[in-house]
Amino acid sequence: MKPAAQVFDLQKHYDLGPIVVKALRGVTLEFPSGDFVAIMGASGSGKSTLLNLLGGLDRPTHGRYILGGVDVSQMNDVELSEIRNQMLGFIFQAYNLIPQYTVLENIALPLQYRRGYPPITTADEDRCLELARKVGLGDRLDHRPFQLSGGQQQRVAVARALVNDPQIILADEPTGNLDSATSNEIMEMLTALNREGRTIVMVTHEPDIAEYARRQIVMRDGVVARETVSGMADHGAPFH
Amino acid sequence: MSFARFLRTVQLGLKSLLLHKLRSGLTMLGIVFGVFSVIAMLAIGEGASAQAQKQIVALGATNIIVRSIKPIEGSSSAANQGGTPRYGLLRSDYRRLTHTIPTIINALPIRELPREARHLKRTLNGRLVGCTASYLEVNHLNVISGRFITDADQENLANVVVLAFDVAHELFPIEEPIGKTVQIDTVFYSVVGVTAERTPSAGIGGSLTAQDFNKDLYIPINTFRARIGDEVRTPKQGGMDSEHVELNQITLSVRDVKDVMITSDIIRDTLQRFHAEKDFAVVVPLELLKQADQLRQIFNVVLGSIAAISLIVGGIGIMNIMLATVTERTREIGIRRALGAKQRDITEQFLTETIVLSGSGGVVGILLGLATPLAFQLVRWFTMNFILDGGGAMSETSRMFSEMSPTVALWSLPLAFGISVGIGVIFGLYPARAAARLDPIEALRHE
Repeated sequence: MKPAAQVFDLQKHYDLGPIVVKALRGVTLEFPSGDFVAIMGASGSGKSTLLNLLGGLDRPTHGRYILGGVDVSQMNDVELSEIRNQMLGFIFQAYNLIPQYTVLENIALPLQYRRGYPPITTADEDRCLELARKVGLGDRLDHRPFQLSGGQQQRVAVARALVNDPQIILADEPTGNLDSATSNEIMEMLTALNREGRTIVMVTHEPDIAEYARRQIVMRDGVVARETVSGMADHGAPFH
Repeated sequence: MSFARFLRTVQLGLKSLLLHKLRSGLTMLGIVFGVFSVIAMLAIGEGASAQAQKQIVALGATNIIVRSIKPIEGSSSAANQGGTPRYGLLRSDYRRLTHTIPTIINALPIRELPREARHLKRTLNGRLVGCTASYLEVNHLNVISGRFITDADQENLANVVVLAFDVAHELFPIEEPIGKTVQIDTVFYSVVGVTAERTPSAGIGGSLTAQDFNKDLYIPINTFRARIGDEVRTPKQGGMDSEHVELNQITLSVRDVKDVMITSDIIRDTLQRFHAEKDFAVVVPLELLKQADQLRQIFNVVLGSIAAISLIVGGIGIMNIMLATVTERTREIGIRRALGAKQRDITEQFLTETIVLSGSGGVVGILLGLATPLAFQLVRWFTMNFILDGGGAMSETSRMFSEMSPTVALWSLPLAFGISVGIGVIFGLYPARAAARLDPIEALRHE
């Protein structure tokens, strides 16, 4: 089966004038379709940089990034925007909903930026409704973010990440702002999505959250330090 | 950008603006006043030239008016040494002009004096006008009852008078005036006709004062000379004031408007040769257009400056608010970029928002602009009553100002709207580009 994403010797350097910060020093990873990966590491380990590259928000200094069989590492801003819109779904720590939009409008937001800007059809609207129901917000379609709890807002974000049927869902500390009970709810939801076949890459620094994933990758100093598979002992070798 | 998408973007813009109603409203003010000034400026200009056109028709576009004017005190000539001051147009001038200039097809000599008219116990301060039968035609006047002065009246030195509309009404409120007599000084004149009501005309460039035809009493000019004479004494403090004037005005008509300017030059040259002093003025109604242009220019400069300053300040205000908005909504921009918005999408979004803002200001300004004629009345009333202290000596410009009425030109509305949209584009481009150029990662991290 074709992997959802692959990176080869991915490097990212930041030129700060007198010094060059090497945030990523060569990361090679493969994310098979249907995988659920947790990326861990201390702050400054390069995990956020890796997620930004995987999310097409930035370009690597060196190395290749193949997403769904397409090399996106040297794409320009317009092409990357389209990749983000069509192949990726984002879930953020701070939910990042648009405050003046309702639940339904937030879920539909990525549809505004589809290639060629096709008008939003009834089929699209039905899909948004269905997703809202799926994340348990079918009765709050017209609420605005400030009228919702943190857990509910994050569920809207999950629905929004699904609306474009992405190759990979990228979650950046999805439970970082939530209490443990709500965190578990969200993680159950992500696990359920993974079981449906969704590929999920999640950054977290909480080990018990990382346990929900099938694979845990630990970053240190810009490289992959360790990789484990849930329920197995650390065998120190890449998982295949 | 498809129309549906455009509508969606506009809707989006409206939504964001309504989120901050007070802020958006205040930001629009500059544009509102700017657009209002543009419309008012054009409306006043339009009104001024419309008024000038009307006046030209009233005075006759093919007419040239030569007026006697009193020379400036102290510039005495030999003729004036000691005795009664003599000045103005002479009967010989009249003959010279009418006999030597071929383009002139009609000529009307006029002698006028303010006089009290009386019928029984009713009196009225009117203007006694000595004229000929041509007066009707030259001044586009109509007789509503009886007849006007005829050539026979001139020859017979008949004591007949034709009353202007208001005079007839005041002296003869109930009875039929024709056949009755009116006393002026010691002479009785019998009324032979009444003229129709007429709107007063404006003055031209200081030499032709505005005329109110409704207080006139017309008598044959020969009768005027015989009964009153050229030399007129008026009592004044500490003695008598006297002056000697043969004619107050000669109105000359030419066949074609094309001939007006050249003929007026010839008239000026001819008269200058026989008048040592500058005791006459040649007035061409066509020059009213110039005067209207002057008035319009004054308003254009004043309102144009207001418009330009308001629009620039308004534009800067909009730019400022949009820059603040971009900072405030940095995270929103980051979210949109992460979800697939291209730089162009962000530019379009913020530019549309700016244009919606300035365009709304434009619409409000246009609505205010439509009320210009009303606002103008108010300003005029205020100016006349508190600044110019109305009734006193008014300059011709201020008289024109007091009589014109601005008309909103329809074509100025789309123009004004276009300007407001243009301001939105010019001052919105920079904030919109700044928003689009934000780094998505930085923007997402923004608190």
